Amino acid sequence: MEKVLTRNIGTHTSPVDLKAYEANDGYRGLRKALTQLSPQDCQSMVKNSNLRGRGGAGFPTGIKWSFVPQGDARTPGHTYLVCNADEMEPGAFKDRLLMEYDPHQLIEGMLLSAYSIGADIAYIFIRGEYAVAIRRLRDAIAECYANGYLGKHILNSQFSLELHVHPSAGRYICGEETALINALEGKRANPRAKPPFPQVSGLWGRPTIVNNVETLCNIPHIIDRGPEWFNTLGVGEDSGTKLFGVSGRVNNPGCWELPMGTPIRDIIENHAGGMKSGFQLKGFLPGGGSTDFLVADHLDLAMDYNVIGAAGSRMGTGTLIILDDRTCPVGMVLNLIQFFAQESCGFCTPCRDGLPWTRHVLESLESGAGQPEDLETLAYQVKYIGAIGNTHCALAPGAMEPLQSAMKYFYDDFEQHITTAQCPYRLGRGA
Amino acid sequence: MPKIIVDGQTLEVSQGENVLQACLNAGLDLPYFCWHPAMGSIGSCRQCALVQYQNEHDTHGRLIMGCMTAVTDGARFSMDTSNAVEFRKAVIESLMLNHPHDCPVCAEGGECHLQDMTVMVKHRDRRYTGKKNTHRNQYLGPLIHHEMNRCITCYRCERFYQNYAGGTDLGAQASRDRLYFGRQTDGVLESEFSGNLVEVCPTGVFTDKPFLADYSRKWDLQSAPSICGGCGVGCNIAPGERYGRLKRVHNRYNHEVNGYFICDRGRFGNAYVNSQKRLNYPGLQMPDGRFKAIDHQAALSRAAHWMKNKRVVGIGSPRASIESNYVLQTWLGAKQFCAGFSEREGALTCGIVEILQATRAINPSIKQMESADAVLVLGEDLTNSAPRVALALRQAVRNKSIAMAEQIGIPEWQDAAVRNLAQDALSPLIIVSSAATRLDDIASHVHTLAPNDIANFGDVLIEHLRGNISEDVDIINIADCLMTAKSPLIISGVSLLERGILDSAAGLAETLYDHNPHTMLSLCAPEANSIGAAMLSHTDNLSLAQITERASDIDVLVVLENDLTRRLDPTSMQQLIASGTTIIALDILENETLNHATLALPAASFAESQGTLINMEGRAQRFFPAFKPAHERQPSWQWLLHLAALDGHGELSKIIHFDEIVHACAQQHSPLARLTEVAPDHSFRRHGQKIPRQTPRYSGRTAMSADLSVHEPQQPKDLETPLAFSMEGVNQNQPAALKSFVWSPGWNSNQAIQKFQAETQKPSVGVSSGIRLLISSGKGIPHTSTDRTAFAQSNGWQLIPIQCLHGSEELSAYTDEIAELAGDPFVALTESCALELQVAAGDGVILSSNNVNLSLAVKIVARMAKNCIGFSAGYTQTLSLSAGSHVQLQRDPNWRPFKPLVIASDRRPNAQLRHNRHG
Amino acid sequence: MSQHLIQTDVKSTLSTAEIAAIDAEIAHLPYTSAAAIDALKIVQAARGWVSDECLIAIAKHLDMSVEQLEGIATFYNLIYRQPVGDKVILFCNSVSCWICDCDKVKERISDLLEIDYGETTTNNRYTLLPVPCLGACDRAPVMMVGDDLITHLDDEIIETLFGPNQQAQSD
Ligand SMILES: Cc1cc2nc3c(=O)[nH]c(=O)nc-3n(C[C@H](O)[C@H](O)[C@H](O)COP(=O)(O)O)c2cc1C
Ligand code: SF4
Ligand code: FES
Repeated sequence: MEKVLTRNIGTHTSPVDLKAYEANDGYRGLRKALTQLSPQDCQSMVKNSNLRGRGGAGFPTGIKWSFVPQGDARTPGHTYLVCNADEMEPGAFKDRLLMEYDPHQLIEGMLLSAYSIGADIAYIFIRGEYAVAIRRLRDAIAECYANGYLGKHILNSQFSLELHVHPSAGRYICGEETALINALEGKRANPRAKPPFPQVSGLWGRPTIVNNVETLCNIPHIIDRGPEWFNTLGVGEDSGTKLFGVSGRVNNPGCWELPMGTPIRDIIENHAGGMKSGFQLKGFLPGGGSTDFLVADHLDLAMDYNVIGAAGSRMGTGTLIILDDRTCPVGMVLNLIQFFAQESCGFCTPCRDGLPWTRHVLESLESGAGQPEDLETLAYQVKYIGAIGNTHCALAPGAMEPLQSAMKYFYDDFEQHITTAQCPYRLGRGA
Repeated sequence: MPKIIVDGQTLEVSQGENVLQACLNAGLDLPYFCWHPAMGSIGSCRQCALVQYQNEHDTHGRLIMGCMTAVTDGARFSMDTSNAVEFRKAVIESLMLNHPHDCPVCAEGGECHLQDMTVMVKHRDRRYTGKKNTHRNQYLGPLIHHEMNRCITCYRCERFYQNYAGGTDLGAQASRDRLYFGRQTDGVLESEFSGNLVEVCPTGVFTDKPFLADYSRKWDLQSAPSICGGCGVGCNIAPGERYGRLKRVHNRYNHEVNGYFICDRGRFGNAYVNSQKRLNYPGLQMPDGRFKAIDHQAALSRAAHWMKNKRVVGIGSPRASIESNYVLQTWLGAKQFCAGFSEREGALTCGIVEILQATRAINPSIKQMESADAVLVLGEDLTNSAPRVALALRQAVRNKSIAMAEQIGIPEWQDAAVRNLAQDALSPLIIVSSAATRLDDIASHVHTLAPNDIANFGDVLIEHLRGNISEDVDIINIADCLMTAKSPLIISGVSLLERGILDSAAGLAETLYDHNPHTMLSLCAPEANSIGAAMLSHTDNLSLAQITERASDIDVLVVLENDLTRRLDPTSMQQLIASGTTIIALDILENETLNHATLALPAASFAESQGTLINMEGRAQRFFPAFKPAHERQPSWQWLLHLAALDGHGELSKIIHFDEIVHACAQQHSPLARLTEVAPDHSFRRHGQKIPRQTPRYSGRTAMSADLSVHEPQQPKDLETPLAFSMEGVNQNQPAALKSFVWSPGWNSNQAIQKFQAETQKPSVGVSSGIRLLISSGKGIPHTSTDRTAFAQSNGWQLIPIQCLHGSEELSAYTDEIAELAGDPFVALTESCALELQVAAGDGVILSSNNVNLSLAVKIVARMAKNCIGFSAGYTQTLSLSAGSHVQLQRDPNWRPFKPLVIASDRRPNAQLRHNRHG
Repeated sequence: MSQHLIQTDVKSTLSTAEIAAIDAEIAHLPYTSAAAIDALKIVQAARGWVSDECLIAIAKHLDMSVEQLEGIATFYNLIYRQPVGDKVILFCNSVSCWICDCDKVKERISDLLEIDYGETTTNNRYTLLPVPCLGACDRAPVMMVGDDLITHLDDEIIETLFGPNQQAQSD
């Protein structure tokens, strides 16, 4: 398979610098766009490429861009592009790779995206813990300013862009695009109500596009090689390649660039080397901590947005978390709920107070103090917190996905915690 | 009008509103917390959930938040479907996880919106078995008590405090289920509107601290519709009484005036009603200077004896009611009557009336001011001189953001979205003043000028607007703002005691009117009935100066609710006392004038009497007694009627009842002809019954006085008003002027107000409370270009009066909490002046002129006109200082240092804030 | 707080380098207060944590109220409003690390350093804090010590980092 996003990332040792990036056709897409393509052309190419957002929700990128007011609807002032490099979803570890080892690819992606939507200022909102990525991005940006890739009149064109790196001060909610905008504005990162969507009123009230790192990294290739080419990359319904990852008790945990639509089994068994000896696959979260469990029956599904969706889960970040047969599913859900309860911004009631309540119930189950009615309470919480729209943002519904599906697939485990008044896995884990 | 369908019922709704509003307006009980009628929606509590259906075939629907969903014609909703019902119950259950079970000891109990909503969704059984989160409470000053454990995180406090009222020292901290609303550390809340937290908080986190210390349940309070006497704005309030004490004051909704909010002076400054310094009995001054308590019979006969065939002169009062002033003037005749203003105040207040009677510009209600899209303030620190007006202007400057939002289809109630869109974009607010004001933070332009230069500045602006183009960039800019506005507002007042400022404000409004008939002109009057007193006054009236100069010709001087030391300079006051005139003084509290009276008569306070006050707009509003005056106290009008009768006044001796005074006054003073319509008279009945002052749950009627007698005392009769001192009667659909308290089944908190409104944010049902008596003839004010002298540099500092919310007003200063907040009298200087004088905040300076030597604290202010210094106006200690006079200053070496008087939110003007190219 | 605000002199509380760094952030932002988070991080980078004094000075420099800045400071988990050790151990206890038995590793750290989450060693060397998923799940369990990411944690690594030998060496 042709490596696209990771073509410069081989050995995981050091990042490619500007020279090396240029040498491997880097900034060719940018040159092409600035000399041959109008912003509208670029937008159409991205739309035709069928690129879907890699941040989790899979929203088509070209369509998202088209909501930025154009022509007469445009009011004077800035338009912003923001790269969402917050990557805090439990079990997600793909953006780090792209930024640490090929920062110029992201910068070129941002240049092209900014050009397409008419943005003149761009930010990389990156989690503060990514110290290496922050340093490498800053170095790469400095190289760009020094070589005419950033600043005024980029490559002697009419196009100008300022690019800043904004390291976050923590909190998972900052990854939610409107909370991210508040964080960028230097405020408390509560999400904003939509509508108005950021495309119309975002950063400092101005039109703003927020895209994930991986999404943006695809853009140079789409512009350089065309949407038709991009469409051929996927082996299933969706186009392009994707970084897929596997963590948990597998032989070779890691992150690989594979065609969209690669079967799950292929990812787990071939790339991740299958389960560690002595461990069986019990289930897995296909795309990070806020997606529903799938089980062995689903191993032959293709990693495509709609396929995974139809199976009752979400593609999310495309980084799989494996639940093995010696790990307690209740404990795993408790760990996740604990995370989400901790990371709730506290703005809306069901999330702020409902998640700690859910955590409390799961804790009593795990400690052997569970009562039969606890399962009803959990089901009630799933219904009340879990539906999109019941809460102000998607954090809480996301938090409920693993719980809801665990109760579907591993109900016996929940019951056993109550009937045996202990966690049946404790001994197995040697705790 | 669009229609929506809720559970099969078709509702006519207003374009642009949200579904929660629509449901409430239709009388449906949809619970909510974070939404507030004046503050809009943020969608945080998730309590107002309904199910929305795509069309008539959709049976599943999806959950939406009523407050975040705009009404659209034909949209279908359900409140009653189990999905919605269960969800709303779940929200309450979550909110109650950490809420303490302290209702029995909570000050909010019985008027708690959280209690109401909990009952409404029928949540009862606790399933959560974990521990409750707890928080530390903060000391927030003498007015507000903090009990953070009760918080349900609706964000209303922060949104009111910061977004609505412009405070900066209270907000959200931490996150998740550890959210905390408070200050960074313990300390006095700085906002002048902090008391509204008590009503805005849907539970008991922020409660009324003085009330807590002298507590009664809401349902045990006896209340009456009343008007705040704190300043000239005339906010509507509901004082609540029990055991003969004024327990607390709540906001009383008046769409045109105060809406949902009042200032802290109005809420907390009325406790003087319970002061130890209240007069209980008539007092006769003995030769040794001490007063002897006598009964009213004895007092009246003494007075009659003194007055017999003698020259009696009366001094009225701008803080006493129209009716009391009217009786006094009618009794003694216009020629023997003085309205009670000082010379300067009188000229200014009459000036306001003259201007407002002639101007072509609109004299706006407080509510109307919120619609202004450009505001020019001349010479006022409104937050301290007319606080509720300042709060209205904080909303007015947001019109720009609302217009921006409208352009991209964001409705005004989408509060966070509007703010995010507009960021700090504000409509222009131009402040021309002598010193820093508390609206500087939202001002687009500030100019600091000495009082007469403010008038000159206005004149230059007028000339510029009339075509004599100025080259001054600021003038051009400001003129531009005013000329391009749809509804410009010029607002001024009398704080600086400078007539020229009023004239130039009027001239500006007139000039703008030529371009724009939507121009508004508002002039702030200083006292609760300044305008009323001015409207009653007559060209034949005496002036205070005439009285003091010829005091020895006067045998008896009747002073109505007026401490003359606040109006007269010390020498004149001395002169008056020395004249030997017999002074009969009626007042509420001990004061210097009473101390020199021969006979002191105890007057009932606003909470124990009725009367009409005319506010700055010329709106007449009636206040009613919440309880009967105790001891020998009587309403002033009653004392005066007695005196007049004893004095043999034919017409007045026929009058017994209050309503008869109203009628007589309306008949005799044509501008006051509609006085009778201000509120229904005593004969008004609803379904044949009076309007109760007590709530349906009023308790302990027998027990309250069981220590004195086990028999249930008869409820006092009220022959003067349509209100009853009992719970009997009908509290439904009466005119707003007669609404003693708000309560509706299931709605025990102040949120019940929506049950009495046709629509939220709209006027109350029935006639609005108050009648505009000051109507302009629309003649216009001819322009005369005045040649005023520019501020002349002289040796010494020119004294500028600084109005203080806490401290400057006479009666509220008797309230302990207000006195505490008022602090010591001060001199206000800029940092550079202070440097020059080698003093710092909290040091002392000696201020000296010909006849005064005063040692005052130093307060640092952000700006002050050149060669001017401010002084705390209205403080008893600074009454001897005369605005505009010149004084010398020097450091006081013997001053004891105390806390600095600058507060954090005395910030730099907005205009000076850093703005970069992004803007 | 207001009193502090007046008394606090920005220049004597914050270093010129800190002020310069904050001003550099302000320079590319449309509002001074938008630099709040950057400013907190700048000061923290220099001092390890943000004291009340610094908070007040920053608020003053950014022309915002201390309450507003505190609201921001207490929202983010990487702003420390209490003193921390020379190095902060950000220990990932999210799902993938949990599956890979990070709890046992954490116990080992707690035993060796005698601190639990939120605590600082008596010698003030380390503060232990839990952190949301560090995005290195394929190398779980992981943690950060200062700016360094340490992966594939096991007893041996913990021993070399925090064991008595190591402690003795650098003491
Ligand atoms: C609680 C929460 C956390 C999120 N965290 C991230 C994140 O760390 N990175 C990311 O790219 N998107 C994250 N998202 C999704 C973003 O809101 C947004 O959809 C995404 O950045 C859009 O980018 P895309 O269109 O390129 O996928 C998160 C969403 C939610 C609700
Ligand atoms: S769902 Fe949670 S994270 Fe999202 S707004 Fe509500 S409280 Fe905040
Ligand atoms: S009132 Fe609608 S969400 Fe709070």
